[in-house]
This record gives sequence, structure tokens and C-alpha cells, in this order.
Amino acid sequence: MKALLALVRTDLTLYFSNRRALLITLAAPVLIAAFFGSVMGGTPGKRPARVPVAVVDLDQSAVTKAILASMRKDESFDIRDLPLPAAIEQVRAGKLRAAIVLPKDFGERAPRAMFRPGGKPEIEIHVDPSQSIAMALVKGLLAQHVMQEVSRAAFGGGAGGAKALEDARRALEADSRLPESDRRDYLELLDKVARIRERQAASGDKANGFGDGFQMPFTTAEREVTSGQSKYNGYSHSFAGMGVQFILFSGIDLGVAVLLMRRQGLWKRLRAAPVSRGLLLGSRIASGAVIALLLLAGIYAAGIAFFNVRVEGSWIGFWLVAAAFALLSSTFGLLIASVGRTPEATRGLAILATLLLVMLGGAWVPTFVFPEWMQAATLFVPTRWAVDGLEAMTWRGLGFEAALPAVAVMLTFSVAFGAIAVACFRWEE
Amino acid sequence: MLIATDLCKSYGALAAVSGVSFRVNAGEIVGLLGPNGAGKTTTVSMLCGLVTPDSGTVVVTPGAAVAGGPAPVVLEPGDPMRAKRHIGLVPQEIALYEEMGAEANLRLMGALYGVAEPLLSRRVGEALALVGLADRAREKPAKFSGGMKRRLNIACALVHDPDVLLLDEPTVGVDPQSRNAIFDNLEGLRSRGKAMLYTTHYMEEAERLCDRIVVVDHGRVIAADTRENLLKLGPSLEAVFLQLTGQGLRDGA
Repeated sequence: MKALLALVRTDLTLYFSNRRALLITLAAPVLIAAFFGSVMGGTPGKRPARVPVAVVDLDQSAVTKAILASMRKDESFDIRDLPLPAAIEQVRAGKLRAAIVLPKDFGERAPRAMFRPGGKPEIEIHVDPSQSIAMALVKGLLAQHVMQEVSRAAFGGGAGGAKALEDARRALEADSRLPESDRRDYLELLDKVARIRERQAASGDKANGFGDGFQMPFTTAEREVTSGQSKYNGYSHSFAGMGVQFILFSGIDLGVAVLLMRRQGLWKRLRAAPVSRGLLLGSRIASGAVIALLLLAGIYAAGIAFFNVRVEGSWIGFWLVAAAFALLSSTFGLLIASVGRTPEATRGLAILATLLLVMLGGAWVPTFVFPEWMQAATLFVPTRWAVDGLEAMTWRGLGFEAALPAVAVMLTFSVAFGAIAVACFRWEE
Repeated sequence: MLIATDLCKSYGALAAVSGVSFRVNAGEIVGLLGPNGAGKTTTVSMLCGLVTPDSGTVVVTPGAAVAGGPAPVVLEPGDPMRAKRHIGLVPQEIALYEEMGAEANLRLMGALYGVAEPLLSRRVGEALALVGLADRAREKPAKFSGGMKRRLNIACALVHDPDVLLLDEPTVGVDPQSRNAIFDNLEGLRSRGKAMLYTTHYMEEAERLCDRIVVVDHGRVIAADTRENLLKLGPSLEAVFLQLTGQGLRDGA
């Protein structure tokens, strides 16, 4: 036991005596987590960035001006007025997500198209192909604003709407394929709309709803499903992800350190001592796990102090998940030491393996953006359980029992990594 | 005292060591010489339990082999711990924690060999004094010269006061002053009854230090005698060595 403690104490002393390296080891994940957290929404209550979009109004009609005014009021958009070539150039440069072109005669053709098929005006949208998510948002919001203003023109008191109704009436009367009963009902509908328009025009009353055009038939109320005590904090995910990534990097250091000790003859010296193989490897696992746990604690301390990350769930569960992951990273490091040959080649391969693990584990981006098959496959990736476990205990605010599956899976992986490492370890130089 | 009997070790088809036998008595320095790839390092590795021999035995007798003295300890492949406590290894590499103080290095080694306080502090002090580093105890080896590191490398093998010391080319890369200091240290240890096996490529070192010399080549002992008797075969130990092992270049590990 004294020998084990002496070896663990030595590893800890060496690791924590290098203050500069320690500072970088702690600062790197905190800074990167801060960046990712900020990108993912940051602290609660912070509004998402507006989507910069250019609208080129080639029509300059009352309808298109109303659409533009409506979009300007929308907090999702940052509308820019630009001529078409400049707008396209800025989309190409990545400064705008899209350029929307409202064509000439849009204000006349769009209300008319509401009552009869064909003849729909075409809105060109010049898009940045790398911004597919923003594109879906732009199209959805554009549809809302256009429908609102075009229907207002059709059903409100303006002259454009009256002309659209008259055109639609003529088209219905001229359509020989339409059954007589249908034609009669459609014409009756148009007559009723015309009468409503006349009454509104006479009284200036828009209270019956048509005067404002079609509206969204519902509103939404967002209720964040978290602990109920605080809102989702983007930093909670990024600190879990970057914590996992950089702790695994420290696992690589542990493995490479064994290879360096081999090269320097230190490993030979330790092996010549009357200590068992189990104790030698066990001390590496123990010191690696303690270092990983302390680093994770340091990373989360920064998250709690400066980025409002909170353990809303079980503190015991949090520490259990952290300890299980620390053990996992330590056995991962030992596995690296077992299968590696030279420190240089091993480090490169280990970094690649680690980046794959953290990428598939959802440390960079949440796993829900993965394809469905990949989401299922990542259940076999231990880092997925580490990230999910830490998130469960932080912003999700789940209880102790929610930590247990993640802990069990990580311990299973730790045992597997450790067993393979021991089996593959080269004892004879 | 160390007795190696009929040690054999093969790696696949390569017989690294084939039936090597010799003895190192208490208070004696035995030189283990051989060209590159002769089997010296494999032999030393088997003697300290780093490599398990295919066959043969290693026996360590604490202190001098006298009637009624401590019983010999066999280096058992399955349980080498007891024998390891009596052996100190000075590897060819400078095997130190460079960022940990000299004293801390020795304390760790002592702890690994089960040396407890207050004996540990005394042994650490003695080992540092023996190699002339008592006044540099707190300093890190990273700041030491090559010779100082070599001396500390030896001290690390002494802190548990072993009966047998295995020195694998302990003077590689040091200046003549440091080498002389190391020789003085080793001669002091000999006078204290330590049994030492010394491998080297420097014939003048073996000529100065060793009481007896074992020459191995192709994994076999090809000569084993006192220094004086071997020197009767030629004008110098180097000439005798070349006569025994040939002039051809060796590229072994």
C-alpha cells in the first residue's frame, strides 16, 4: 500500500508541479467551452442572433412595402436594403444568409393568385448553401409575412384587392370546365367578400379580422423542460463536451508518459523494484483517475464561477458520473500505453481516436443533430454517456437515479479497457 | 552473493542467452563483457527479474555466504519479489524523475523497496553522501550535469541497501572526473561487501575495477577468470577481448 501511495503521490506531484502546463490544461477547455457555449446560446435570456437578410424590392408597390415593413419588425431578421448585385455579392461573401427578390408586379399578381390557379409570381431567394438551417428559418418566416400582407391586400379595403376579386370573378365565369354548382358557390363567396370589403371601406372598421389579412392561427408559448429552477444554459453543454474532450487528452498524456518512461529507463527501474505488475499498473490508473477528476472539477469550477453553469440535479450523481469518467479516461490512457510502440506515433493515433470518440459522443455538437442510425450507434460510444450523464446532472436537473446508467456504462468500458490494457501490456522490453 | 546457473532465453528462433552461468561473491566486482548483441543486457534483465528466463536459476544470498548466515533466496519467475529486495539495478539509461528533487527520487525508490521511516531518511542521506550529492538534495536532476545524474542514478539503486548491485554501463557519456568519482563510489561499496556485476564496453574500466571478468558472446560464456589471469593472455584486456570475440563488426542491439 505504501508503494502504491508513493507512486500515486509522485505522479500527482509531477503533474501539479508544472504550473504552466496545468494552467494551459485548465484554460484550454474553459476557453473553448466558452466559445462553443456562446455559439449555442450562452446564458439564459440571451436572444439568438438576428439572421442578416437582404430584401430587394423590384416592385415598390404598397404590398411589397408592407411586406418589407412587417419583416423589419420581426426580431428574427436583420433586414438590409441593397441593390440586387450587391446583395448577391454579400451572400457569396458569407455576410448575408440570403437575398430575397420581390419581383416587379408582385403587389398586383400575388393577391390575384390567391383566388385562381396559375400566374403565381416567383420570389427568388439567393442563398448561402452552407446555411441550410438558416435557410429553413428564412423561408418559413417569409411565408408568414407574405401571406399576411397579400391577404390583407386581397381582403382589405385597397384597390388592388377589388381588382383581384373582379379578375377572379371573370375567370370563374369564363371557366367552362367548372361544374355549374361549384361556379355558383365560388361566385357567391366572392360576392360576400366584396360586400365585406365595401362595408369595411365605408366604416374604416377592421375589427372583424379580414382587414388585417390572414394571421397565424395560433401562438406558441415555450416552456423549457429542465429542472424548473433555471433555464437552459448553452455553456452547460459546452463545458460537459469540452471537459470530456480535454480529460481524454489528459488520458493520452498518461499513456504516452508510460511510453516515455519506458524509453527513459524509468519503467525498467520501477519494474526492478519488488512491486507487483498489478500495483504498477494500478498506480497509473489511480493517479490518472485522480488527475482527471481534479481537472474536471477545475473546469466545472470555472463554468460555475464565470458562466452560470449549475448542477441542478444530484450533486452525488454529478460526482459519480465525473469519477466514472475519470476512471474511464485513465484506463483509456493505459490502453494507449499498452498498444502503443513509440510516444510520437502513439500520440498521433491516440489524438485521432480521442477526437472520434468526442465527436461521436456529442461533445462538439449535440447528438440529436446526428442521423438516426448514428444516434443509435453512439450509444456504444462511452463519451456519449459521459456527456449525457454530466448534462443530466447539470442543466437537465435530473435526480441521482438518472446518473446510474451512465455510471454503469462507463465503469463497464473502464473494466474492458483495463482488461485489454493488462492483456496487451508489454512487460518484457 | 549472486549465483546465475545455466540461464537461457530465446526470442523466437533467436537464442539470446544460452546456458550462462557465473557467480558474484560479496565484496567483489565482476565485469560482464561482450560485443553488441552478445546477450549482456538480456542476462542482466534476467538477473533482476525484468525478463523471465526460459530455464536456469538466479539465487541471491544476503551478506557473505557463511555457515549460519541468511538463507539464499531464489529469484522465482512466479514470485520474484523476495529476491528483488536484495538486488539494486543501475540501468544504462539515466532513469530519474527529472522534475523531482534528488532526495524525492531516492525517497520514492526507498518506498518501493519497503524502506520505512526513520530508516528511509538515514539511507537517503547516506546514499546522497556516498555519491557526493548531499548538498544538492533538494535540487532537481534536470539542473544536474551528466556526471551528477549518473551518480544519482547509482544512488537510487543503493537506498534500500541491496546485497547485489547490477550496473549496466553506468558511465556512458560522463567526463573523466565524474567517471573517477563513480569508480571511487563503487570501490567504497565493494569494501562494504556488496556483490557487483558491472557491464561495460570500456575495457580500461573493467581493467581498473573488476576482480573477475566474464566474457559472453552469442549468448554463451566464452571466458571467465580473474582479471590477472585474463591479462596473461595478451598485452591488454582490450587485446584479449578482441582475441576472444573477433575483429568483425557487431550490429546487435
